[in-house]
This record gives sequence, C-alpha cells and structure tokens, in this order.
Amino acid sequence: MSTQKASRIGEEIWKTRIDKVNAELVTLTYGTIVAQLCQDYDSNYQEVNKQLDKMGYNIGMRLIEDFLAKSGVGRCANFRETADMIAKVGFKIFLNVAPTVTNWTSDNNQFSLIFDDNPLADFVELPDDGRAQDELWFSNILCGVLRGALEMVQMQIEAHFVSDVLRGDDTTEMRVSLVRYIEDEMPPEDD
Amino acid sequence: MLSYQSRAALDVLIPSTPCVLSPHSQLSKMSYYFTILSPTDTPIFNIAFGTSKGGGDGIARFRFPDTAQYMNQFIIHSSLDIVEEAQWTNGGMYLKHIDTYPPATAYISAFLTPSGARFLLLHQPPQLPSSGTSGSLGSSSLLGSSASTTRASSSSVAANPTSPQTEEAIRQFMNEIYESYVKTAMSPFYKQGMEIKSPVFRTRVTAAGKKWL
Repeated sequence: MSTQKASRIGEEIWKTRIDKVNAELVTLTYGTIVAQLCQDYDSNYQEVNKQLDKMGYNIGMRLIEDFLAKSGVGRCANFRETADMIAKVGFKIFLNVAPTVTNWTSDNNQFSLIFDDNPLADFVELPDDGRAQDELWFSNILCGVLRGALEMVQMQIEAHFVSDVLRGDDTTEMRVSLVRYIEDEMPPEDD
Repeated sequence: MLSYQSRAALDVLIPSTPCVLSPHSQLSKMSYYFTILSPTDTPIFNIAFGTSKGGGDGIARFRFPDTAQYMNQFIIHSSLDIVEEAQWTNGGMYLKHIDTYPPATAYISAFLTPSGARFLLLHQPPQLPSSGTSGSLGSSSLLGSSASTTRASSSSVAANPTSPQTEEAIRQFMNEIYESYVKTAMSPFYKQGMEIKSPVFRTRVTAAGKKWL
C-alpha cells in the first residue's frame, strides 16, 4: 500500500467517521496533565517523561482496537507500510496531523516522524528553569501510544523524541525503531 | 495602590525641571514604559522602549536619570484610581488616554482585559533644552496647551500624545499585545498572576512597539 493511498484513507475516515472535538480542549487538557506531573514529580523531568510514556502505553493498547475498527485496514506487509499507516491514518484520524515519514535506516527497521504541526503543544512554552529545555519531552505521551498500540499487533518497538520545537529545535522529530515481531508464544506448559 | 493624595508625594520626588515644547523634530521621539498589572495590582510585566517610527532608534530616553526609572512605576500605579473610575464608563476594553501627570509630562493610556489584567502605557515626550526655543512654557501651562498644540513638523503618529492618531496607534498596539497575552496565558506552565518571563512574549511586545509606536 502506497503512502498516497494511506493518506487518502486517513483523509476519508477523518471526514466521514470521526467525531471532532475542540482543539483547545485537547491542548489545554494535555497541557494541564503535563504541568501537573511536573509539579507532582517536583520537576524531575526524566520521571515526567516516563509517566507520560506509561500513560501513552495504556492509551495505545486500547486505541489500536478503535483504530482498526474505524479504519478497517488489514495487516501491513512490512514495517514501511506500518510507518505510513501510523503517520497518514493513525495520526490523521486521532490528531488531524500527518507527520512525514523519513530517515529510514537501510535495514528498514528505523524511521523518523517529523511533525510540522503538533496540536498538543499549541501555546506551550516550557518552564525556563534551565532544565526543562534539555530534559522534558513535552509530547512524550505519543511515544507511549505508539509503543502500546504496536505491541497489541505483535510489534515490539522503541520510540523516543530526538528534537522538539518547544526546546528551540528546528523540527519536532520522533525516532521509531522496530525491536522485533512478537511471535505467538505458547502458554507455559503445566506438566 | 497610590491615591490621588500621594500625587503630592510624587511631586516632591520629581526634579522640578520646566518642560518645554517646541516644534522640534525630536518631539516625535517618545519614550514609552509599558506595564501589565495583574488583577491584584502586581506588576507582571515591564518594558521600556522608545519610538521606532520616523527614524526613531527604539531606545527609551526618559526625563528621569537612569537611577530613577522607578518613577515610571510610581506614575503608572498612581493612575490606577483613574483606571478604576474609567473602566465602567464605556463598554470597550481600550480606555484611551486616561491620565496625565504634568510634572513629568507623562501620559497614561490603559487597556483592560475581561479577566482584570490591566495594560498601562506611559508615554513621555523627550526633554528638550530650554534655551533657544521660542515661547517657553512652564510645566503648569503645558498641560493646558498640550492637547491643542499642533506639531505640524512631525509625521509620527506619536508626536502628539493625545491626538486621535496616537490613540489609534496605541489601540492597535494594545490589541496586538492582548493577542500575545492570551497566548501566553494559555501556556500550561504559566500560572495566573505570575510574572510573565516568557522571552517570546517580550519579543512580541517589542515587535508590536516597533510596528505601531
């Protein structure tokens, strides 16, 4: 399935089958969660990143079912197709953004998502305590979402942000690497 | 908050230099002091800048020595009573020029946000050497004549602090800042009533000042 086809599918579902919600509601709710975590963990940003990832993981595990039901797409033939499906259908129908898939490694196991627009980060300016700019990944929940969702469809991945415009970088980039396809595991024998 | 009475105290603080107006090109170069007050009268943002239009260099040159810049804050705060009086008189958020402090030839314009924050802009024409100018005016007579004084030589909108053009320029300035302020206040890491430290906001205010004043 080509990138263009994935884009068309995403566009179509977004237009016809998705309930829309006010963007500020999402932005402010997510912003509040992150700000509260920063407060609760006493500005220990590593811990905040970890918590966001965990929250995302729990969301992803449920969201994949919704995604498959809404999109009706089948199994992806390879990891490249999976990447397009995530970027052009997944992000499109849930956040109405379509990040660019790029920077593939030669073994086709690692790629980057470049976000031109990140609705979670509207209005946000990171705290100027001299650390948040270097330590906090504001949108880290998205990494967890991908990890949780793909795990449910037999892909173990690792995802992390490598740059964020909030930190003053030129782009917002997430690196996604396939660790392995999870084989069906037999339950431990009870003999 | 300072009351009307404390104006007398302010008078003592200000060096009694006679302020003189003349149709000099320097007149168009105003100095501005912009401040945002939280609903509880805490200053949450301050910036000083000068006229950029008409060849201005954007640097504030107040009449007070550099060591007495706090005078701007005193004067701005002392106009809060008038802001409170004026705020219910019309439906608008922009109150235009609401107060003048003659000893320093300081003009105050105000803008209110619905949530109770106040944007106050102090503008002050530069001090001119009193020698060689015709018709020197004392500070007392200045106030009476300032509104009607025409300064044809100047093309800057800010030349006459109370002219409709100036009111309009300040309105545009205030509106632009209001937009930026709303965005800043929407940041999840900004708490209401906290000092605005955002460098982005400061840049935007500076840009608005360059654009309109």
